[in-house]
Amino acid sequence: MARALVNVPKAAKQGEVVEIKAMIAHPMETGYRVSPNGSNIPRDIIRRFACTYSGEEVFSADLFPAVSANPFIAFTLIATTSGTIEFTWTDDAGTAQTASAMITVS
Amino acid sequence: MHALWRLAAVSAATICGIVSAAGIEDGEKRSGFDFMTPETQALQADDMSNPGMLWVLQGEQLWQQAEGRADVACAGCHDNASRTMRGVAARYPAFEAARGRPIDLAGRINSCRAERQQAEALAPESDALLALTAYVAHQSRGMPITPATDPRLAPFRDNGRRLFQSRIGQLDLSCASCHDDNWGKRLGGSVIPQAHPTGYPLYRLEWQTVGSLQRRLRNCMVGVRAEPFAFGAPELVDLELHLTERARGLLVETPAVRP
Repeated sequence: MARALVNVPKAAKQGEVVEIKAMIAHPMETGYRVSPNGSNIPRDIIRRFACTYSGEEVFSADLFPAVSANPFIAFTLIATTSGTIEFTWTDDAGTAQTASAMITVS
Repeated sequence: MHALWRLAAVSAATICGIVSAAGIEDGEKRSGFDFMTPETQALQADDMSNPGMLWVLQGEQLWQQAEGRADVACAGCHDNASRTMRGVAARYPAFEAARGRPIDLAGRINSCRAERQQAEALAPESDALLALTAYVAHQSRGMPITPATDPRLAPFRDNGRRLFQSRIGQLDLSCASCHDDNWGKRLGGSVIPQAHPTGYPLYRLEWQTVGSLQRRLRNCMVGVRAEPFAFGAPELVDLELHLTERARGLLVETPAVRP
């Protein structure tokens, strides 16, 4: 059950700069912490975030242990064509969680 | 004789004045939101950047999910939460006749799970319990806190007030020492708020996750170096009762964000 909140404007004008916001529930465990019984808590972070617009990658980010839990990423895109904006978060185990939203460009 | 009565009335009024000055007067009641930086306020105000909304979202999914041997979802009985659960969090904790004790919202969700869904109780502070509680409480967002007026709650509420005002721990501080007498001043780098439970379960930046009011209360108890009550302890529910009475009239903010 991917818990992600993405905010993409439903409609935009051709050439308009739109703000995209994406947040996902993730512990972002650094791997530097020790559990109450003294064993190391293994690292578990999201390594890469990527956003595609009509299939083409338009934004990506590498994440590191210093990033907080439930990472929130905001960026801007230029609205070109109507299509699907897809978001992918890939974690240490290589598992990808996805979310998507439609944008209509007039 | 008349003069004597008048004198008595005046001194009684003066004493009452002093007593209420130790608490927070109605006009001065302020949510913890007002003590935060504008950046943190903005984080809470925008549902798309408020991380607590992730739990509300999860709670919405869990609400629809059939559970337990009865194989029934919350929605199976309570239907649409936005209608049936509206205002519920604003009046909790409520009196539960079966136990002869008050019960808080998370406790009610767990007792509903055990009795109606015949499912395992959710662990305190588990994501699922926090998510369901946040989802239910979220339905009351923007409504004024109006604690239940059930007279059977009175002794428990009084016990809550007594606990709030009792000095505990190695630092020998009561809740009231900070939150009634010294709110608005600073403790280390942070402003002391009035401790109104307006937005629980809330996302605390220090925790990097959502937590319940009981977690926050235990936190403060550890802070004054006292032995905290266990999760679900009756004393914590009594304290919750007193706190909601104290916050009467403030608006529900769930899911709030706090530093």
